[in-house]
Amino acid sequence: MPVQVKGEVLSVKPIGDYYSMTIVASGIAENARPGQFVAVSVGGPEGSTLLRRAFSIYQVRETGVYGGTVEFIFSVTGKGTAWLSRQRSYDPIDVVGPLGRPFALPREPANCVLVGGGYGSAPLFMLADALRTRGCRIDAVLGASTGDRMFGALDAKRMAASVAFTTDDGSYGEKGKVSDVLPDVIDRVHADVVYACGPMPMLEAVQRIAGAAYGGAGIPTQLSVEESMACGVGVCMTCVLPVIGSDDNTRMMRTCVDGPVFAGDRIRWDALGTVPEDAIGAGR
Amino acid sequence: MTEMPSTPEGRKMSITLRRSGEAPRHSAVDMTTTLGSLTVPDPVFTASGCAASGQELAPFNDLTAIGGVVTKSIQLTARAGRATPRMAETPSGMLNSIGLQGPGVDVFIKRDLAWLEEHGVRAVVSIAGSTIEDYGKLAGKLRGKPLAMVEVNISCPNVEDRGQVFACDASAAAAVVAAVRRGTASGVPVFAKLSPDVTDLVSIATACVDAGASGLTLINTTLGMVIDTKTMRPALAGVTGGLSGPAIRPLALRCVWQVHQALPDIPIVGVGGIRTGLDALQFILAGASAVQVGTVIFHDPGAPARVSRELREALAARGMDRLEQAIGLGHRPPDMMVPEAPEPLGAELSPAEPESYPGYPPGYESGYDTSYEDEAMRLTEDA
Repeated sequence: MPVQVKGEVLSVKPIGDYYSMTIVASGIAENARPGQFVAVSVGGPEGSTLLRRAFSIYQVRETGVYGGTVEFIFSVTGKGTAWLSRQRSYDPIDVVGPLGRPFALPREPANCVLVGGGYGSAPLFMLADALRTRGCRIDAVLGASTGDRMFGALDAKRMAASVAFTTDDGSYGEKGKVSDVLPDVIDRVHADVVYACGPMPMLEAVQRIAGAAYGGAGIPTQLSVEESMACGVGVCMTCVLPVIGSDDNTRMMRTCVDGPVFAGDRIRWDALGTVPEDAIGAGR
Repeated sequence: MTEMPSTPEGRKMSITLRRSGEAPRHSAVDMTTTLGSLTVPDPVFTASGCAASGQELAPFNDLTAIGGVVTKSIQLTARAGRATPRMAETPSGMLNSIGLQGPGVDVFIKRDLAWLEEHGVRAVVSIAGSTIEDYGKLAGKLRGKPLAMVEVNISCPNVEDRGQVFACDASAAAAVVAAVRRGTASGVPVFAKLSPDVTDLVSIATACVDAGASGLTLINTTLGMVIDTKTMRPALAGVTGGLSGPAIRPLALRCVWQVHQALPDIPIVGVGGIRTGLDALQFILAGASAVQVGTVIFHDPGAPARVSRELREALAARGMDRLEQAIGLGHRPPDMMVPEAPEPLGAELSPAEPESYPGYPPGYESGYDTSYEDEAMRLTEDA
């Protein structure tokens, strides 16, 4: 059950091209699971930016000197995130969470490949902790456009048996995309499942590769998708994407409550940004 | 009817004004309001399309304590809605182009309406159709179901054919309202939700009332658009969308004011950009008997309960015992604002004496004396 908390900023720190914000917000840390997100109000109570900004939870601390804290990573892309970057310790901040469906975890120990794009890698570290306590092997592939936009390289080296880094410009790790190295990683570590979070084109590539693994047998994926949201709590119907349900019918499902984590083979990649003709209620 | 001080009989009216700083007397204010045959203990509702069917807001609000949940407009069959992007943030507002995504009325009754009933939440069911016949059938399907009111959405801007916006044409609007009224149980009020995108809102409102509407919900979103200067294309997949949020509050308030002035006996539910209790109070003063909060829910999912509380506090701070005292109060003649009888004409102006300076007791230059602050200032006015 999500809660709305009038929290307080503990810290805002630049990390490469990104920022990390930690909020004292008791009630969220205690219940957060890997892959869930928080929706943060920006601009203050009189501000003109009404819509909440949603961020994957990077890490939580249930107890601290100040009570439970929740930390997320953001990139300044507009007015709302610029406002967030200007907040300072003790500033009040309204946050709702934990929201969304978390990553599904394997019941038995499994070989897990974690793929992150840009600051999309943020939720993978909490996931890695949860997987490790279940005895899973973790290998990671992190990609970004440049080295400054590679998030969590050190964390990744610590948590994973192996890490491959790629950047578009070759400024960190190999020059290229995560999709260039992922097939080899899957084969080399005998991967059972791929977890990923990042931009939609990257997720689509991850799904294509995982679906074709082991000569077409494929392996399951758990993908945390990125769709723009207005409310984050399931009421506005903004963040929908076409998803195939257990009854094999396609529906326009909400990223915020039905996701953000979906099994990759359930997403209609061919129809993103559209309402496919065979979706329930389409064309009306 | 409301306590309209400007009635021709010149009803005597007294308002007790209290100075701010006094502890709010929440519980003392009777928030009961009447919408046709429906009486509710609180005037704050969620706006259609901003609360889904209520379940998602339950963690953040006691939905049984507010007036009720107005559900997202439901249609005869499931509808997938429009392509994405469906939303663009705008200054103090947003554009949406959802396209009435929903499961269809049968699933809605079985799943959503049942949930609302089970949890003791008053349900106002918003309905939308493509034809007059659709609306009549929807009313028939909902007949006898656990709902407090029907809201007829004849003003959604996100339909493929803008010609289908019934609320832009008085006779089409009236035909839809008549069909719904015929199909709906007589004890259930039928409210028509109108669009501000018309030249003469009062004529549309009048046509709906003549066709049997118990009241009016004012307003739906107004049509707008945003162009993304990076892609140099419209930001929304549907090109245009409905503008909502505080950006449209003055427009919505004007609509409520005009329609209340023309049709003072018709209950109005005011909606458009309400963010706080004081915003809600503006709509009540303009003539609304109840309000709906919509886009602010995306900012603050606890807004329905908060606005209700703030409105109650605002009424208490103004010395009102009942919400109904405030309905339409903004329409009273300006002289009713004057706290003392004006100087008789021709009276000689005398210099203000410090002892009689209004607001401060003799010997005080500012309000140190808190007992004086608490003192009520009683006004009696003849209209």
